[in-house]
Amino acid sequence: MKSIEQVWMPDPRNVVDWRADFPILGERVHDRPLVYLDNGATTQKPASVLDAEDAYYRHNNANVHRGVHLLSQRATDAFEAARARIARFINAQRPEEIVFVRGTTEAINLVAQSYARPHLKPGDEILISAMEHHSNIVPWQLVCEQTGAALKVVPIDDAGALDTDAYERLLNERTRLVAITHLANALGSINPVERIVVAAHAKGVPVLLDGAQAISHLPVDVRVIDCDFYAFSGHKVYGPTGIGALYARAALLEAMLPWQGGGDMIRSVTFEKTEYNAIPWKFEAGTPNIAGAIALGAALDYVDSIGMEVIAAHETDLLAYATDALGMIPGLRLIGTARDKASILSFVLDGVHAHDVGTILDHHGVAVRAGHHCAMPVMQRFGVPATVRASLALYNTHEDIDALIEGLGRVREIFGL
Amino acid sequence: MSDLRDLYQEVIFDHYRRPRNCHGLADANHKAEGYNPLCGDRITLYLRIEDGVVKEASFEGAGCAIATASASLMTEALKGKTEAEAEALFGRFHDMVTTPATGQAAAASELGKLAVLSGVREFPARVKCATLAWHTLHAALHDEDRPVSTE
Repeated sequence: MKSIEQVWMPDPRNVVDWRADFPILGERVHDRPLVYLDNGATTQKPASVLDAEDAYYRHNNANVHRGVHLLSQRATDAFEAARARIARFINAQRPEEIVFVRGTTEAINLVAQSYARPHLKPGDEILISAMEHHSNIVPWQLVCEQTGAALKVVPIDDAGALDTDAYERLLNERTRLVAITHLANALGSINPVERIVVAAHAKGVPVLLDGAQAISHLPVDVRVIDCDFYAFSGHKVYGPTGIGALYARAALLEAMLPWQGGGDMIRSVTFEKTEYNAIPWKFEAGTPNIAGAIALGAALDYVDSIGMEVIAAHETDLLAYATDALGMIPGLRLIGTARDKASILSFVLDGVHAHDVGTILDHHGVAVRAGHHCAMPVMQRFGVPATVRASLALYNTHEDIDALIEGLGRVREIFGL
Repeated sequence: MSDLRDLYQEVIFDHYRRPRNCHGLADANHKAEGYNPLCGDRITLYLRIEDGVVKEASFEGAGCAIATASASLMTEALKGKTEAEAEALFGRFHDMVTTPATGQAAAASELGKLAVLSGVREFPARVKCATLAWHTLHAALHDEDRPVSTE
């Protein structure tokens, strides 16, 4: 008999069905079945996403917001429906609060240049954290150079968790923006984003969240979090590359200047004066990635068809299983052991460089990332040149983790450990 | 299919575990830093060149088995070579790890012990690990101040 508690337990039958939705999981690498554990870099795509992109080009391809012909109307409808789909996925108030961008990196650069740059004066501060991806560091360094503002960094503890007391101390009357990751890509730490936002708003400071990792692992409700900007990439949530979204409160977008000039972002152009289009189109100069946006909509449909809570429960179970299994390997040290953690297992192995681990695992059919994960300050914080990172997705199984562990056994054997 | 044992030969492990010439060099007259941004590996190479001949070569830095063994083997091979010979060796080594195996036997035979790194050519993602020390050598011979990058 089933008890109530079992409702959220992962059902091993489900993941078998989910795997069947991803054609690439049938690939073999180095004569072995593919075990894909590099989801933090990019996720694989279900057939429904591939079909959506293919069907768009086969049946509806035309430019958006332009033609009076039927195909252009279909393309425009599908493109704008995808925007509304994204708005629903993160519970934005209106579709106009979603700006299509290439990905998280472009979204953050857009905010840095269109929102922060005109606001910043010498002596102002932008607050980030010590666990950020380069894409949530460098755009702020650029804008600081342009304006004379200073970049301040909230430290993290030895487990890789944000030092929230230090965060609250660093927030001050000079702080103009807080930009922090929702889920750290090199460590897996989940930040207490609601608390971060409350503290910032108490000082009148807006908050940008880097949702590149969180978007496929945690339910994201921008109105519950109450953040001002939320950035994510389509390809990390089972959608295509080259498409992503910036969520921003409508009032902020209204007040911001365009970030690139060109077609589609204007209402009227004369040589004397150009009137900009309404939000969000004022930020979308040029022909956008129409097929990508539509396929991203299909990816979010796919995620919702399973349910983010179900996915998160499955991944939490896998993370616990993998953490225990890795813990039994002599000489292995996990980097990133925060209490609130998801989907990422970053580690080093005594006497073996991450690159060598990555090559040997690859020959075992196991795809992981080895390197600094575009988070070199995190590597410096933990005193390692690089780590091996296994990162999970909804289609991973206990067998995938077993293959990782077996592969690490092979590493130890080859290195004579 | 490429075999892991072709890449990780015993000589490579030997030089990884006990790297030769892995120290600073007080009387070096050429020095360069190399950096592989893909993996974060760094190496500092020291040379003492007298009358156009490499008298001493050493390195410092942390890296993977391939990068460390390559640096160790390179410093051994350099001693006694003229600058021109060292550059030529770089060219032959580079060819060995980047061009297909066919017709490579001759080149490998000229490289002596360095030939143990020939397996790298089957692992394109690792070529930069093997060539990091050599790119740094090139910079040191030309006294380039900026750290060289494998990118």
